Amino acid sequence: MNTDPMVPDLFRVQKVRKETLDTFTLELSPKQKKFRFEPGQFNMLYVSGAGEIPISISGNPNQPESLIHTTRAVGSVTNAMRKLKAGDYLGVRGPFGTKWPVDKAMGDDVVIITGGIGLAPLRPAVYDILAKRGRYGNVVLLYGARTPEDILYPKEIMGWRSRFDMDVHVTVDRAAGSWHSNVGVVTKLIPKAPFDPQNTTAFICGPEVMIRFTTQELKKRGLSDDKIYVSMERNMKCAIGFCGHCQLGPYFVCKDGPVFRYDEIKRLLEIREV
Amino acid sequence: MTHAVLERPDLKSLFNILQKAGYTTIAPTVRDNVITYENVTDQSELPIGMTDDQKNGSYRLKKRKDKSVFGFVVGPQSWKKFLYPARLKLWEAHRNGKSFSIAKPENEEKKLAFIGVRPCEMSAISIQDKVFLKSTFVDSAYSSRREQLFTVIVNCTEPGGTCFCTSMDTGPRAKKDYDLALTEVVKKDQHYFLVEIGSDQGKEIANKLPLKEASEEQVSEADKRLNEAARKMGKALKTDGVKDLLYENAENPHWEKVAERCMTCANCTMVCPTCFCSTMEDSTDLSGEIAERWRTWDSCFTMDFSYVHGGSIRNSSSARYRQWLTHKLGSWQDQFGTSGCVGCGRCITWCPVGIDITEEIKTLQECDSRKSKSN
Ligand SMILES: Cc1cc2nc3c(=O)[nH]c(=O)nc-3n(C[C@H](O)[C@H](O)[C@H](O)COP(=O)(O)OP(=O)(O)OC[C@H]3O[C@@H](n4cnc5c(N)ncnc54)[C@H](O)[C@@H]3O)c2cc1C
Ligand code: SF4
Ligand code: SF4
Ligand code: FES
Repeated sequence: MNTDPMVPDLFRVQKVRKETLDTFTLELSPKQKKFRFEPGQFNMLYVSGAGEIPISISGNPNQPESLIHTTRAVGSVTNAMRKLKAGDYLGVRGPFGTKWPVDKAMGDDVVIITGGIGLAPLRPAVYDILAKRGRYGNVVLLYGARTPEDILYPKEIMGWRSRFDMDVHVTVDRAAGSWHSNVGVVTKLIPKAPFDPQNTTAFICGPEVMIRFTTQELKKRGLSDDKIYVSMERNMKCAIGFCGHCQLGPYFVCKDGPVFRYDEIKRLLEIREV
Repeated sequence: MTHAVLERPDLKSLFNILQKAGYTTIAPTVRDNVITYENVTDQSELPIGMTDDQKNGSYRLKKRKDKSVFGFVVGPQSWKKFLYPARLKLWEAHRNGKSFSIAKPENEEKKLAFIGVRPCEMSAISIQDKVFLKSTFVDSAYSSRREQLFTVIVNCTEPGGTCFCTSMDTGPRAKKDYDLALTEVVKKDQHYFLVEIGSDQGKEIANKLPLKEASEEQVSEADKRLNEAARKMGKALKTDGVKDLLYENAENPHWEKVAERCMTCANCTMVCPTCFCSTMEDSTDLSGEIAERWRTWDSCFTMDFSYVHGGSIRNSSSARYRQWLTHKLGSWQDQFGTSGCVGCGRCITWCPVGIDITEEIKTLQECDSRKSKSN
């Protein structure tokens, strides 16, 4: 292992899987056999010559033999990453950041609310909760995608949905005739979701507007701010608290986040362009 | 000997002794009409008999009437450029087939001695120590330079037109963290430096200097000048409650007014001795065989700084100025337990439109939105 947190380790691409039109999953094999991480943490991924970006770990924390990242191609680095093939190499620094409070949530109902690519950073939390299923109350996943074709991990979602011990509700913004499920924004699923607001922990990952509306709906159900956790996104160049890019008020999202308890950052989310 | 003096002609030996001890001596000198810090091997290269006239948005070098060696305050560049270089190669990758190997350049092992560090600048170094050495991670390039550093303070007997170290409690006399501290006294018949020892390695060097016992009069003269200096600050900033002031006034319309003047040129962040933000630059050679990653200084005033896919978080210049000021005087306290401003005045002097951090705070204090709410 490198001792300098700014110098990446090399990982070999084992498998590339196309998830949706613009989203793909890389399975990487660590040289050191195991890559331990907590659900919610991220890595800095370096693509030779293109640059380095933060990407959450989307694999199973209880299977550290392979490192899984799901990425949506949106710009220069992510598009260069999309061109990688099995056998290519990638630079990895991490894991960094705070985790989803899977331990603190034990005994509570857990409601996971996310949209689009936001499911990737939450999948490790789902795996972890399902691995210790008996220690939680109801487990609910509310997921929104643009169209049915944009739904991430559809087979896995089907598998979760068919379980008796998990409630999964998926909605899309727009759909053609063959879609027989919910249409509309994900927040619409909150009022009827089966959880006890007095004993629920919520995990949210999505754009800031989505976070705003989701927290409002949860509040209407009676959830208190300190039971809501959100993952924040900021520009990140170092991931270790030096470059300053990820600042959100007094916080460095790279090390004080990305997962925050909502009451800690509520004030900041209300300020324009903070 | 309780107090010691170094006579003006013996200043030469300070350089010699530090060089003999293996240090590269860095000190102020005149370059391109400003005083900067460079590799200075002999005292004759110091800005002897020079001073700097500083105002909002203006800096001018002038000849002094006397032969003071340190009769100026601070120039546009700070010592930051040595401990935290503006460009630093982080690593180099070499391609071999589909894989590549990554190697870090050797840390430069030069022992540096800074001669002529102002008290506010010593505080700035201590602040950057908190950022790079005392938070979650350690910056190895910074620590290898910092650990071997020797600092010679020159206390300020003549504050500049944009100085406000008294307000920030960082000067005009250094209190801690240094190795040696000098106070220069120039009189008709005397020219000497009162010497104070701040550390064991300071003592080691001091023992080799041709020091003389200071007379009571020499000590009190230096004291008197430093006390007077504290009363002659060019600017003042009322720091009481300034963090809450900034936090509570995030939506104050005053930010728009500053934005009308601010050119978001980032000068203020480049000259500031505590600003630590950086970005990364990637390059590859033409063959694609070698890739490099460099760290370079960056500024919260640029549009790219807060870019995430789809646009910048801080699009408007008012949001960027607010970020800078709120960080300096507010959130810095939450992050590092200290203010991010030492009152050196550089951002005032080097702002092309003369925006003044002390004035902006004063205006915010006057138009504090909490006041209008309670009315
Ligand atoms: C903690 C964290 C976890 C993330 N996890 C995932 C994930 O699991 N899957 C995924 O697809 N995306 C994730 N993202 C977003 C991802 O980092 C950006 O989509 C990516 O940086 C875009 O890079 P680009 O060069 O392709 O885009 P461009 O638009 O070309 O961006 C140029 C540069 O701006 C910066 N940048 C742009 N967008 C972002 C952004 N959203 N966040 C941070 N820096 C940005 C990067 O330095 C990037 O190289 C995460 C972001 C953060 C902060
Ligand atoms: S904010 Fe201005 S006065 Fe304060 S330390 Fe930085 S440059 Fe000096
Ligand atoms: S405050 Fe002055 S120096 Fe700073 S960015 Fe604005 S114009 Fe430039
Ligand atoms: S990403 Fe550099 S400080 Fe957080």
